[in-house]
Amino acid sequence: MFDSLQDRLGSILNGLTGRGALSDKDVSAALREVRRALLEADVSLEVVRGFTDRVREKAVGAEILKSIKPGQMVVKIVHDELVATLGETQVPIDLNAPAPVVVMMVGLQGSGKTTTSGKIAKRLTERQGKKVLMASLDTRRPAAQEQLKVLGEQTGVATLPIIAGQGPVEIAARAEQAGRLGGYDVVILDTAGRTHIDEPLMVEMADIKARTRPHEILLVADSLTGQDAVNLARSFDERVGITGIVLTRVDGDGRGGAALSMRAVTGKPIKLIGVGEKMDALEDFHPSRIADRILGMGDIVSLVEKAAENIDAEKAAAMAKKMQSGKFDLNDLADQIGQMQKMGGMGGMMGLMPGMGKMKNQMAAAGLDDKMLKRQLAIISSMTKAERANPDLLKHSRKKRIAAGSGTSAADINKLLKMHRQMADMMKSMGKGGKGGMMKQMMGGLAGKMGLPGGGMPGGMPDLSKMDPKELEALAKAAQSGGMPGMPKGLPPGFGGPGGGMPGGFPGLPGLPGKKK
Amino acid sequence: MPDDAGFRLREKPADPAPAAPAPRISWAERLRQGLARSSNQLTGSITSLFTKRRLDEDTLQDFEDILIQADLGVETAMRITDRLSEGRYGKEVSGAEVRRILAEEIEKTLQPVAQPLELDLEKKPHVILVVGVNGTGKTTTIGKLAAKLTRGGLKVTLCAGDTFRAAAVEQLKIWGERTGSEVIAKQIGADAAGLAFEAYDRAVENDSDVLIIDTAGRLQNKAELMAELEKINRVLGKREPDAPHTVLQTLDATTGQNALNQVEIFRNVSGVNGLVMTKLDGTARGGILVAIAAKHRLPVYFVGVGEGIDDLEPFKAKDFASAIAGTEAVSAP
Ligand SMILES: Nc1nc2c(ncn2[C@@H]2O[C@H](COP(=O)(O)OP(=O)(O)OP(=O)(O)O)[C@@H](O)[C@H]2O)c(=O)[nH]1
Ligand SMILES: [Mg+2]
Repeated sequence: MFDSLQDRLGSILNGLTGRGALSDKDVSAALREVRRALLEADVSLEVVRGFTDRVREKAVGAEILKSIKPGQMVVKIVHDELVATLGETQVPIDLNAPAPVVVMMVGLQGSGKTTTSGKIAKRLTERQGKKVLMASLDTRRPAAQEQLKVLGEQTGVATLPIIAGQGPVEIAARAEQAGRLGGYDVVILDTAGRTHIDEPLMVEMADIKARTRPHEILLVADSLTGQDAVNLARSFDERVGITGIVLTRVDGDGRGGAALSMRAVTGKPIKLIGVGEKMDALEDFHPSRIADRILGMGDIVSLVEKAAENIDAEKAAAMAKKMQSGKFDLNDLADQIGQMQKMGGMGGMMGLMPGMGKMKNQMAAAGLDDKMLKRQLAIISSMTKAERANPDLLKHSRKKRIAAGSGTSAADINKLLKMHRQMADMMKSMGKGGKGGMMKQMMGGLAGKMGLPGGGMPGGMPDLSKMDPKELEALAKAAQSGGMPGMPKGLPPGFGGPGGGMPGGFPGLPGLPGKKK
Repeated sequence: MPDDAGFRLREKPADPAPAAPAPRISWAERLRQGLARSSNQLTGSITSLFTKRRLDEDTLQDFEDILIQADLGVETAMRITDRLSEGRYGKEVSGAEVRRILAEEIEKTLQPVAQPLELDLEKKPHVILVVGVNGTGKTTTIGKLAAKLTRGGLKVTLCAGDTFRAAAVEQLKIWGERTGSEVIAKQIGADAAGLAFEAYDRAVENDSDVLIIDTAGRLQNKAELMAELEKINRVLGKREPDAPHTVLQTLDATTGQNALNQVEIFRNVSGVNGLVMTKLDGTARGGILVAIAAKHRLPVYFVGVGEGIDDLEPFKAKDFASAIAGTEAVSAP
């Protein structure tokens, strides 16, 4: 459904190569596609208009560099403008005020305020050593106060005792007082969800603010929000003056255009993003990732980062060596599968790649799911050491034994062995491969080998192998400045720039881009 | 369907009453009020667009933009714009006429899906499974629906199948009290499918007409969570092959294009056969429902227009369409 913007622009602008600069006409044609891509990503129309105007200004007359295609050029300009609009720098929650610092959470019903309150409290407690008190002012939704209390118990954060019959403003005042008397550093006020045209409730929200003078007022908004994002962000900002935005459900497969809309109309920074239901699923906001996502280009950087966090450096280095020597036994395959599981399994990885919804269904239909990963690991762990190191040993009787031991069938084992053989072949050729080619094979070839239809991803990602080395380097730098904790050093050459790119030993990624259809 | 006008359940005094505007007005009226701000915008822009204006490319583009702002999505907006231009291209068209055509086109798509929820009481209990993304309004809709059904003289049992989210059980229990329905629940972390199975037996035992099963909210791209949902269907099928008879999915009107994906996947995994659109009391117009209706043709039974027990209304294609198109505001400038 979603073609990446780059593909669309490619078909419009490819004829232009070598013609100096982008003309007004070229840019107009391109901007129609940009506009559509943004709208499909749920960016609000008024924001799209302003945005395309700015891009037009920058793009008309821009020199087309020899090494890249005009389509890529426009994508780059669009991407940069997106990042600039989303806010280049990471703005953390500001606690620079006399204790207790009051943080007030506001937003529509069901946007995720309570969960986010719990997550922020946990983060401030654990990472910054703050003493945090949470209070629910939601006296409307059944059991809302109870919900926050339970989250407090789960995360070990104090919650204000519930007193039945108190109204939101009273509770807020009590929380602030308890925060002061109890020596708390931070008091988080979780308010009830409200629609921004519900006048009495908007007044109530302003009253809570007047009473507690919050230092931070965070608008919690669903990243799946459509065109209404501008209205709601503007209304909340006008009524209480928000200090920042927290985007939730970023782990969904929406394109997240609401982020751009809300940032553009309020000018307030997106401070954090929610990426799961667990209490630690809260991350810093990286504009370029959301920009890629809005453009339908796949969240490469965050995938790389996540891989880097989960794959331990030593193993990666060992794997890299092995790859160079072309050796890849079943132990290595088991490692690969284990790493995929650590990254949240198939679902988790797919979740990072927008536009993968369809693909996932196909994969599920092909039996390629987390159950399969488990089954494969079970098979490998039922093998002897010798068998794992030398799969050629696996003849009929051994297979029978392994099938019984792992609760699978001989057919399952054969499938696994076939996949392993193909992957091993791939490793060998990659060991020999040159720079760009290697990347391409890594990202694309294996998908086909793992039995994925087409081996490609509908959304498409920029074909890294077609980028020139400078761009790859830039990508790697961007990845680094985005903070890549635990990024293994000393990767084999050809991984796209110094220290960046894909972590070693990660060839098993299914579904990364192959050829476009 | 029971007539719910002028009948409310009494609430316990300690329990803050959910806000429901009094006096009661029709959902269409409320919907229109909720939409007033953006509809006015819409009406205003269409009017300015089409007073003394020829239907040319630019005009059509502007018109398409207006539909896009209602979350209809680029494709659906283009489809409707194309129909608008058929036979009218180059002619002068008035604002009122455009609104009328717009409402008609939207209504045409929505009419076939505007159906009442039919309960097959031969099957006792009739099992309704409620699914959807987090925070879209499942539990609240269950509460409102239970109120409607019990008022119509049906005996309802609720199953607290959200065994994941903190205090989800307590939330449903309060709705159980409000509607006088028995709630079957277990501790957090219990197996939802197992609980649904037990709730079915209990509903047979207590002679319920309807069993409504709540589920934990989940994003449709989480394969493992979706598999758990599938398991509920499987397990229920062991007791009664046709159960769940109705699988309702809640959609939040503020959601943009992703709602299409939501329906697609929930339908595949859990056999959704009816929709409820919630939160139409805000300024979001829920236009994605037009695209969903065109693509999936799933019945839309109800719309949620507030947090109160009465804020669930039958879905009416004409009202929805005219609320989007602003046809009621013809007299405006
Ligand atoms: N304004 C408005 N709010 C609604 C409507 N329906 C539900 N809500 C509110 O939306 C929020 C989420 O509703 P829930 O019923 O808890 O949603 P859910 O899908 O059960 O949520 P989870 O179980 O957490 O996934 C609550 O604050 C409800 O009061 C509606 O039609 N209009
Ligand atoms: Mg619920």
